[in-house]
Amino acid sequence: MSAIAPERAGVTTQAVEESQPIRLAPNYWPFVIPALVVVGAVIVFPWAFTLWMSVNSWTLGQSRSFAGMENYMRLASDPRFWESLWHTLIYTFLSVVAPMFFGTVAALIFDARFALRGLLRGVFVMPMMATPVAVALVWTMMFHPQLGVLNYLLSLVGIPAQEWIFNANTVIPSLVAVETWQWTPLVMLIVLGGLASVPREPFESAEIDGANAWQQFRYLTLPMIAPFLMIAVIIRTIDALKSFDIIYAMTQGGPGTASETINIYLYNTAFSYYDMGYGSAMAVVFFIVIVALSFILLMLRQRSQWVDTEGK
Amino acid sequence: MSSRLLNKIGLFFAALVLVSPAILFFLWMISLSLKFEIDNGAYPPILIPERFAWSNYAKVFEENNFLLYLWNSVLVTGTATLLALLIGVPAGYGIARLKAERSAIVIMIARMTPGLSYLIPLFLLFQWLGILGTLWPQIIIHLVVTVPIVVWVMIGYFETTPMELEEAANIDGASSWQVFRLVALPIAKPGIVVAFILSIIFSWNNFVFGVVLASRETRTLPVAVYNMLSYEQVSWGPLAAAALVVTLPVLVLTMFAQRQIVAGLTAGAVKGG
Repeated sequence: MSAIAPERAGVTTQAVEESQPIRLAPNYWPFVIPALVVVGAVIVFPWAFTLWMSVNSWTLGQSRSFAGMENYMRLASDPRFWESLWHTLIYTFLSVVAPMFFGTVAALIFDARFALRGLLRGVFVMPMMATPVAVALVWTMMFHPQLGVLNYLLSLVGIPAQEWIFNANTVIPSLVAVETWQWTPLVMLIVLGGLASVPREPFESAEIDGANAWQQFRYLTLPMIAPFLMIAVIIRTIDALKSFDIIYAMTQGGPGTASETINIYLYNTAFSYYDMGYGSAMAVVFFIVIVALSFILLMLRQRSQWVDTEGK
Repeated sequence: MSSRLLNKIGLFFAALVLVSPAILFFLWMISLSLKFEIDNGAYPPILIPERFAWSNYAKVFEENNFLLYLWNSVLVTGTATLLALLIGVPAGYGIARLKAERSAIVIMIARMTPGLSYLIPLFLLFQWLGILGTLWPQIIIHLVVTVPIVVWVMIGYFETTPMELEEAANIDGASSWQVFRLVALPIAKPGIVVAFILSIIFSWNNFVFGVVLASRETRTLPVAVYNMLSYEQVSWGPLAAAALVVTLPVLVLTMFAQRQIVAGLTAGAVKGG
């Protein structure tokens, strides 16, 4: 593409010589090239290297040898990998659904006018800006079975004490609670952007026709903000799949391997066992999972838009 | 009229309920950081203690080399953000003017890629280059976070700035570079501020790059606070104080630049990592 640009510029220069008022087409590629170089060095090179590593057998400190598809075969028959994939999918599903629900409700409320709206919205956004490791640390203290404030709060309403992240059965929902606490604001902001683009007129006529608040939401607001909801779902899915800081800082995948997601298992393989070849194969498969899920959601988005236009 | 007022009061309380998890969390964080060990172990828990343990904060800086780690964080985040602005702002301009939507897909893919898959090859590369003991590996890899944020925000911003002035300058014989520097850049200042703030926040918060690449002397704050948790038997007070020290700069930035951040995130919906 960059080869075409100077040629086009050349053509216009000739034109300028012939007749004065025609302007020189500016060449914008020089602005982009430094970034392309950096992206190439920091993003594309690692990808090429990872692909190459994934067909090699190499643990740091030992000699490297070509392994073909061996790492991928090993992955397919590794029960710990399948278990971590399953944890990742559950964690992601819950970490999309809960923030989507609370974020949409919050956006509907913050779209209206009331006292102290700006201040409250500012406080509402703060969790997503807070440093995840610092957040995880404080949540760990709050989850403490004996001294934690959460079990005390539960005891006030008569619910027995929980073991939260210290029990294999409750660890994933507990981590999802933290993820939801932190990332609901991002969903709220995206949906709020959608609500800001909704025109007022249809609501006025619906009011005249006697539609109640729920009907207005269901048949007017919801279809109009659907594309924004879909964007929020896609971004949330990508981020939840990739979630690392909170899980690693709070449980390191434990107790046992009860909260070990692919990302955590990948970290342990590459940087605890220094099994770089196997880790690279895992990184490739993990990326394919992320791209595949995003692609499916993008297709759904296209379809939902198509249904929308059909509807009109 | 009165039903509308009632409606507004209802909305206010609904918003208050939604915000309460955030308020309670940060209040409890402050409370933990200001209590002595005995108060933090009390049952039922105490929100406001009789004596404030300001010494928790002193302890954080005295015992854990925190000033060094604070300085590391400032250097890594500062350099990675400045480099990202230097190359990302022109790139955002170029992409917006070229209408090269496919470049945006590259950025989306950068966002989809898990940070760990950059880490394996770059870790080996840095080890081979023998620069693992310095801050450079972290500065370079933080570009993975900061460059996409800056480019993304700037594409969105330059798409909305008017073309007429640039065209006029062009006709007057200004070069592309002059048009960019003298016409487009001054108009884009608010966009640059948004890109700058978001880049700082998400680079500052980054944990995974540091946990792999940092040595004892090159830790950034998130890694330092995590290490306090795992390697030393510290009581809750100093730990919570350390957590607050780490996250306080971004929270203060969020409060002061709330409007810009909300605008930037609503438009671009970006997040690093």
